[in-house]
Amino acid sequence: MIPPYLLQEMAQLTGEHFVLVLVSIAIAVAAGLPLGIFLTRRAEWRTPLLGFANVMQTIPSLALFGFLIPIPLIGGIGKRSAIVALVLYALLPILRNTLAGILGVDAAVRESAIAMGMTGRQLLWEVELPLAAPTILAGVRIATVTTIGTATIAAAIGGGGLGVFIFRGIASVDTTQILAGAIPAALLALLSDGGFSWIERRVSVT
Amino acid sequence: MNAALEFRQVSYRIGGNVILDNLSFRIEPGRTLVLLGRSGSGKTTALKMLNGLLFPTSGQVLVESRATTDWDLIQLRRSIGYVIQEVGLFPHFTIGENVGLVPRLQGWPPQRIAARVAELLAQVGLDPAQFLDRYPRQLSGGQRQRVGVARALAAEPTLLLFDEPFGALDPVTRVELQDQFLELRDRLQKTSIFVTHDVREAVRLGTEIALLHRGRLEELTTPAEFLNSSGPEARAFLSAL
Repeated sequence: MIPPYLLQEMAQLTGEHFVLVLVSIAIAVAAGLPLGIFLTRRAEWRTPLLGFANVMQTIPSLALFGFLIPIPLIGGIGKRSAIVALVLYALLPILRNTLAGILGVDAAVRESAIAMGMTGRQLLWEVELPLAAPTILAGVRIATVTTIGTATIAAAIGGGGLGVFIFRGIASVDTTQILAGAIPAALLALLSDGGFSWIERRVSVT
Repeated sequence: MNAALEFRQVSYRIGGNVILDNLSFRIEPGRTLVLLGRSGSGKTTALKMLNGLLFPTSGQVLVESRATTDWDLIQLRRSIGYVIQEVGLFPHFTIGENVGLVPRLQGWPPQRIAARVAELLAQVGLDPAQFLDRYPRQLSGGQRQRVGVARALAAEPTLLLFDEPFGALDPVTRVELQDQFLELRDRLQKTSIFVTHDVREAVRLGTEIALLHRGRLEELTTPAEFLNSSGPEARAFLSAL
């Protein structure tokens, strides 16, 4: 079914796509998780920071990739701009779920933890984060699955990945090429979704 | 004799509302003081001043002759057992881990924690072999509240605080837990503060009763004196008997 000349490129672009998503999600988690924890402590920062993350989500992805091209340091043509855009998109669900997960911890449980003499750090690591873990993980899961889809647009600014097939297929009206990009991307999304659901089941205790 | 704890002209205001109004009293070591009052009388607020969850707007709360503002709060809280109505057990910890929490925070060696946890569970009427590895959601309300009491006692606290601990239980379970409270009270002789709006519970469990009304201390009496009190708020409560 699959033309042999496509196979090797498919493997290569799927790998590129995977790395693009992995790096973006890793950065988004590394930024979004501490930022979300910070927001649970500083209510006055919630509106501006969540507002920023919300606005990022509303920018059409193709436009956001385009905006980044002329910006020095973080922009330009290539993978770097692609990752910056993907991180901006992935930030909101991670940030929002971290905040919601921690704020959702039962007030009586938090009060007992404080009343029993837990330090702020112990409260966070032993009570808040474990109890918020399923919610936070759900945020990372949504972010990952949407990023796998959005990352196909990265090819428009030279970011590589499975989008290369799709854009080339559209340009040359070649359905085979479009499918060679779309099918692996869909499979990647399904696989990671399944993987997260497995982890979520292991993490949730209540 | 030194008072175990003392309120000195304590007031607490939020915005324009006076929650506690010039509250002064002291408790001798080993006594059980019941803070009795209607909803909104300030009894829970007063309780939370003792473990530094709240601080007076004016006046001082002294625990072992030291103002709560001068205590290292972490140490103060670890030396005080706290039991609340919602229990507040950690849902992701086993019963054993819940009970052993403060000893662990205090750095006790694991064998000593294990022995202490088993001893306490037996004391509150739960078979350690059966309950140690269960999670709070697998227990009934009464069993959870027993675990809450065991957890409060774990690190040999000098002071015990109870905030309507039996309020959400069915009447039969409540009486069982009150009996157990009395047994522990007489055996351990630990200074305890017990908040309730149930006059029957107050008379049964307290060695002293402090009646709060609108943030003021109406009277501080023994249960026997309370039953004969002629104060209007006391009469209102007694008519509910």
